[in-house]
Amino acid sequence: MNFLKRTVPLVIAFVMGVLMAMQYYVPHKLSQDLLEVVSRWDRIIAGFAVFIGAYSLFHLHWTRIKRKVEGWGYSVFVYFGAIITLIFGFLNGGKFFWNDKQQDTMFDWLYYYVQVPAGATIFSILAFFIASAAYRTFRARTMESTVLLIAAILVMLGRVPIGNYISQYIPAIADWIMAVPNLAAKRGILLGVSLGAIATSLKIIFGIERSYLGGGD
Amino acid sequence: MRKDSNFFILVGSIGLFVCINIFLMASGKLPFSSDGFGIILGAGLTLAVYSFLYKDNPAFKIAENLYVGVSLGYTIIITWFNFLKPDLYDPLIVPMFSKAAEKAPQYALIFPSLLGIFMLLRFSRKLSWLSRWTFAFVVGLGAGVSIPRVISAFILEQIKPSLHPVFSGGETILSSINTLLIMLGVISVLIYFIFSVEHKGAIGKVSKIGIWFLMISFGASFGYTVMGRLSLLIGRIQFLLKDWLGILQ
Amino acid sequence: MERFLRIDRRIIFAIITVAVIVSLILRFELPIPPSEPVQGVYEKIESLPKGSHVMIAFDYDPSSKEELQPMAVAFLHHCFSRDLKVIGMTHYTGAPGLADQAMTSVASQYQKKYGEDYAFLGYKPGGASLIINMGENLYSAFPKDFYGNDTATLPVLQGVDSLRELDFLFDLAAGTTIETWIVFGKEKYKFELGAGCTAVMGPDMYPFLQSKQLAGLLGGLKGAAEYEALVGKKANAVSGMRPQSVVHVIIILFVIFGNIVYFTSGRARHA
Repeated sequence: MNFLKRTVPLVIAFVMGVLMAMQYYVPHKLSQDLLEVVSRWDRIIAGFAVFIGAYSLFHLHWTRIKRKVEGWGYSVFVYFGAIITLIFGFLNGGKFFWNDKQQDTMFDWLYYYVQVPAGATIFSILAFFIASAAYRTFRARTMESTVLLIAAILVMLGRVPIGNYISQYIPAIADWIMAVPNLAAKRGILLGVSLGAIATSLKIIFGIERSYLGGGD
Repeated sequence: MRKDSNFFILVGSIGLFVCINIFLMASGKLPFSSDGFGIILGAGLTLAVYSFLYKDNPAFKIAENLYVGVSLGYTIIITWFNFLKPDLYDPLIVPMFSKAAEKAPQYALIFPSLLGIFMLLRFSRKLSWLSRWTFAFVVGLGAGVSIPRVISAFILEQIKPSLHPVFSGGETILSSINTLLIMLGVISVLIYFIFSVEHKGAIGKVSKIGIWFLMISFGASFGYTVMGRLSLLIGRIQFLLKDWLGILQ
Repeated sequence: MERFLRIDRRIIFAIITVAVIVSLILRFELPIPPSEPVQGVYEKIESLPKGSHVMIAFDYDPSSKEELQPMAVAFLHHCFSRDLKVIGMTHYTGAPGLADQAMTSVASQYQKKYGEDYAFLGYKPGGASLIINMGENLYSAFPKDFYGNDTATLPVLQGVDSLRELDFLFDLAAGTTIETWIVFGKEKYKFELGAGCTAVMGPDMYPFLQSKQLAGLLGGLKGAAEYEALVGKKANAVSGMRPQSVVHVIIILFVIFGNIVYFTSGRARHA
């Protein structure tokens, strides 16, 4: 059983890793066909991951309702929203789900008038918290934080039209900050992260890194 | 007493919202149609979410949970119509069970479908080990595919412009200084992130320069983050003033 | 002075809200000169001959709609006004409705026909694998479009068998899809790539601009406003620049005032 649970996955990871790394350097048509087939399979497998997320969310809220934890009533709205959307989605404007997707159905109405406004608003709340946090916690206590503060102020002014009214140099300085020190730092971070990603990929292929197996090894 | 006042504030706000909408529909600013009712629902959800800024309240929690449910339902339906139906149901299942099908079933799709089902078995106590095969396939494939592409796109293509000649004709003095500064910044930031060597002496001085570059970069990122979050707020207020209340044209 | 440090944050929220509302209602003109990254995208589209194939990847969901939807609409106006063939797709499950709305509403203003002048392929999972699949064979990646039509029969896709045949790809990104398109798409399939991103991600894209892996970049609502001004279709993004400017100044004043109060109140000494 250990062979099936531990060895086979490690062999699969090794074979796929080496095969796809070598494939990049082989221009033969068979190699291109392999890439197309394997990428199509990977795409299909990735699609099933949606159901993992869906099951987890339904299970979490079902547990809250079953155990009647504090605020369990709100979990009913999760089920209500999901079930009503699924019903209208599968009804598909009367054509049912085994046909092609119809346009301007109740399903689309729910998307445009529930999901879009609520989703957009939930993330826009951060604007208020950023303003509040900037006032309460953004302090120039050290030289480094002062430099950070000055760079932030120059970029914030330079990136809006009003910066040009204050001084013609502010937009130019903001552009320079983005194109030189910011670029250099981000490139350094990108190079470091990329080298780390390659190292991790090699560790996965050679079976040194096994956390993707989900523990117990 | 405090709970009572919160209740009255909530009920009063809902009442005010209803009155405004009755006025908007009666005056013709909002159409008496599915779009009009949709805008009312959207505005209501927007205001319910913003009510959190005053205090956490039932209206916010209902809006939040409703959004989670609807977006989950939308994800499942879109996954069916855009992925499961054209990629699996139509080419594999329909030809297998329908005599009127024009094309033969694509049996090769059984293999990735099985791997996908194995992945879902991670919730089963007895068969969860099968999901390891799928994760190994996906992770191994991702690792193998990434290595040559990341080396080419992120390392070589990023090092090339950093090694741009300082003087090759046509540059201004400022652009040459900028090229040198960029190279200095990249090297000093990379040295800062080498934590296996103690940051003292020459290494310490260079990593200190890296810290300055990082601070300027984080300041720029903060400025852009403020800009980004504000844009989301501006968009929502535009919706409320333009689409709902009709104040903006 | 110290009580200013303990001010109720709801007062700050109210100031921000009033500032946004007032600056939206009061109309005043602000110049919006285009920046170099935005010019890069604009000039690339201007250089494409009539009938060129442009793909738009709507890689965002409603949470980033306020920044990226105006970009999408302005870009679509530019493409349709130049009679380019537009193909849409997305990596995000929350995007199809927004993408469909943008393409349909703008196309109708130019009397463009679905299937002949533009098409929306819809959503597919897979990220990097999807890009590789599209790079090898577009019809294998998208056998059907968003409405269930067979993609092999769509006239707008004639001449495009994979990403290699695209004249330009424009990624509207709320996440890490720009890097994914660069690594798994542009690196091997060599198409021209431009991007629009949320302002939060803007600073991270500058290395790709300098290395010419990105032909141009629209960063945040400002980028959308600049593009709207360039194509002559001033809309929500341009009017959003007024409150953006005002609130930026307010937040800077908050930060400066907060620091002054902090250092003069004696808290700095105690710390």
